[in-house]
Amino acid sequence: MSTNETEPAPVEEPAKDPQEPGRFDGVLREIVMGNAMVAVLSVLLAVVVGSLMILLTDENVRDTAGYIGARPSDFFSAVSTAITDAYSALFRGAIYNTNVEGFEGRIKPLTETLKFSAPLILAGLGVGLAFRAGLFNIGGRGQMLLAGAAAGWVGVGMDLPLVVHLPLAVVAGALAGALWAGIAGFLKAQSGAHEVIVTIMLNYVGYYLVFYALSKQGLLQAPGSLNPKSEPMPESVILPRLLGDRFNLHLGFVIALVAVGVVWWLLNRSAMGFRFRAVGENPDAARASGIDVGRTYITVMLIAGGLVGLAGVNQILGTATSGVTVDMDAGIGFDAITVALLGRSRPLGILAAGLLFGALKAGGFSMAAAEGIPVEIVLVIQSLIVLFIAAPPLVRAIFRLPKEATA
Amino acid sequence: MTLELRGITKRFGPLVANDRISLTVNEGEILALLGENGAGKSTLMNVLYGLYQADEGEILLDGAPLKMSGPGDAMAAGIGMVHQHFMLVPVFTVAENVMLGNEATGFAGTLDLDAARQRVREISQRFGFDVDPDALVETLPVGVQQRVEIIKALSRDARVLVFDEPTAVLTPQETDELMEIMRQLRASGTAIVFISHKLREVRAIADRITVIRRGAVVGEASPTATNAELAALMVGRPVELTVHKEPAQPGPEAFVVKDLRVVDDTGHTHLDGISFSIARGEVLGVAGVQGNGQTELTEAIMGLQSHVRGSIRLGEHELVGKSVRKVLDAGVGFVPEDRQVDGLVGGFTIAENLMLNRSHGKPFVSAGTIRNGYLEEFAQTKLVEYDVRASGIQAKASQLSGGNQQKVVVARELSRDLSLLVAAQPTRGVDVGSIEFIHKQVVATRDAGVPVLLVSTELDEIVALSDRIMVLYRGQVVGIVPADTPRETLGLMMAGERPEGTAA
Repeated sequence: MSTNETEPAPVEEPAKDPQEPGRFDGVLREIVMGNAMVAVLSVLLAVVVGSLMILLTDENVRDTAGYIGARPSDFFSAVSTAITDAYSALFRGAIYNTNVEGFEGRIKPLTETLKFSAPLILAGLGVGLAFRAGLFNIGGRGQMLLAGAAAGWVGVGMDLPLVVHLPLAVVAGALAGALWAGIAGFLKAQSGAHEVIVTIMLNYVGYYLVFYALSKQGLLQAPGSLNPKSEPMPESVILPRLLGDRFNLHLGFVIALVAVGVVWWLLNRSAMGFRFRAVGENPDAARASGIDVGRTYITVMLIAGGLVGLAGVNQILGTATSGVTVDMDAGIGFDAITVALLGRSRPLGILAAGLLFGALKAGGFSMAAAEGIPVEIVLVIQSLIVLFIAAPPLVRAIFRLPKEATA
Repeated sequence: MTLELRGITKRFGPLVANDRISLTVNEGEILALLGENGAGKSTLMNVLYGLYQADEGEILLDGAPLKMSGPGDAMAAGIGMVHQHFMLVPVFTVAENVMLGNEATGFAGTLDLDAARQRVREISQRFGFDVDPDALVETLPVGVQQRVEIIKALSRDARVLVFDEPTAVLTPQETDELMEIMRQLRASGTAIVFISHKLREVRAIADRITVIRRGAVVGEASPTATNAELAALMVGRPVELTVHKEPAQPGPEAFVVKDLRVVDDTGHTHLDGISFSIARGEVLGVAGVQGNGQTELTEAIMGLQSHVRGSIRLGEHELVGKSVRKVLDAGVGFVPEDRQVDGLVGGFTIAENLMLNRSHGKPFVSAGTIRNGYLEEFAQTKLVEYDVRASGIQAKASQLSGGNQQKVVVARELSRDLSLLVAAQPTRGVDVGSIEFIHKQVVATRDAGVPVLLVSTELDEIVALSDRIMVLYRGQVVGIVPADTPRETLGLMMAGERPEGTAA
């Protein structure tokens, strides 16, 4: 039975959703492009569930629950204390710390948030852009590793003045990311190989490739060292600090902001982005309209990989300048998928989602330090956000949103 | 036995698909349900068949209300349905399909296939169907598959049979045979609901006609009503049914196809060496039952097929081996047979869809940036010129009705300088008002001196628009005949018979 028959055929029928080639694609599209309301409510729900988990792990709450019948007020005050303490610690760690003296110290958490969010935004853009063209770029990790290694190689392997050296290292990193992702685009265009499989596998290949380079004298390994790690980056390739040496915030955040603007223009104003979106929404119609779908896949993956690569560059040349390691991606390659989902694959949405996740990251540490709440709770909240976004019908059911509210 | 629908209302969100529809069908009677695509016919029948639950109203069988929560209840009540797209398992035999969902089992759950075979034979004999119970369904012609559907319904003692657009996939001859079957069923006391938007068929077979428009019953008509009367009821205003066109003024040959072959990877031959030509200012209609190579022909011309051999010449250009973009740049306009798959990007606005195949430069793009101002102006003009009913140029294509979607496609294709127009099924699933409009555009394109290749499975459309008609059967040209060839002859040609005196 064709979809024509299962769908209602109402008066002046808004014809059946043509951009749904199949049920599977339709669900994925909704998850990837879903509406803003669902995204916001998912965050809210995740925080609520996260709060419950904070309560479950809080000793005071557990103790007072033991005699809740006798003195319920103890229990409820323990509950409110636990929640308030947890979230105020999160706030102090992510935005504004009221516990220290001096404005600079108080505002420092905010700059940490921005620092953490820069790679998330960049990699999120790389994943989101690919989403818009109908591609799932799960290869953020491999792309970041290759980009970091390339940038690091330019960094330690050459001796140039900063004005040349830094841009060169940045470009080398972006190019490496682009090429690594481009492999997946090329294979998809040539043979139809599914980009999810290819990018995941390229993560492994990239990991061991970089690991090998880092373990080999003469390639990337620090001279005389036995550890799989490169030398620290020289001054001439380190991204300048934006607010002086007291703050860790560096130029990477500006690069991320510029990237948001560029991707926004690309998707919303440029002819190339128009073709990306056409291919993403309906590759058949794109093909019949003379758009080279295969070449579009390659181009998209190159640009997406370049953006993810910049996230790797941001780490090696900005945040973790002590040298290239195989752990440098710090899970950002995968968090980027979450960021892109939460940002609904739109540049400004990804900016907001990246900032939120950066704040959670910055605040999570202080929450753990100040309140003894396991830092994993932040990961749980992040995961729950994705879970709720991936189940829009659930969120709608909980908040009684109508189906029509979709995009 | 009388089946009555009383005040059926079905809503989908804010849309009222069925608005207090009441109708009755009696034993030994054929009731035709006439309405345009999207008028709510299929929704109503899905309510009757238990696939949808009505929001209001009730279904009565001999005066007793029926409770229906699924097709199982409908079947139990003696309501059977012959779907437009057959609900058969292709790799099962006829008998297996007939028993599917109603399996008679013997000891330890073994299937009683013999009983099913017997049932198929019995029903086949009663109606003279000639269906082999052990034939695999996928090997049967479409017309026979439809009979299997009918047998399946009858094997469950259906007393009411619903036929949902049953003739869409049939040749004219098969259609005639189906009508004969329906008459026999009527004579044996079955009540029949015949859903269609084809006036000719409805008038030929129905005892009574109920017309539905915008989800509501707008009138009853007798089969003696004229086509014009029925069409007016269906659309809600007088409709021009015949296409007015001057005799063609064919110019020099502009489009020549020679020995075109399409053989796919599995070795299946879709086009087997076909040759034809079209002159400037001429419409060549391609007639044939769906799936006889029409799709591959248009794809081959457009560069969408990768297994093409032979030659396709448009003026100076050889099109075989060219990319889609090159073909479009050569001035070929393309209205694809399935606009929702190949014609439109549903999530795009009308404006974006209007520039879909022109994103590579002027006039819509300069320096890699879309000229939004120009695009909006252009879209606004086309919206008016092509009478697209929408909330505005920013409306999503997926929100438009079928007819308006098709007008967007036609507007896009006809807004370029064309040297050939390829129109495949240009009015499929399009309301009568839009059909009229699109037909006029096709004729106007021809009159402007453009060769037109018109592919349609609706013989009426082919006959109305074409100057010459080419009939395809199993990837071969059965013949190219003048437009005034009798329908019977065309029908025979569509079944593969080469009539006397026609040259291939």
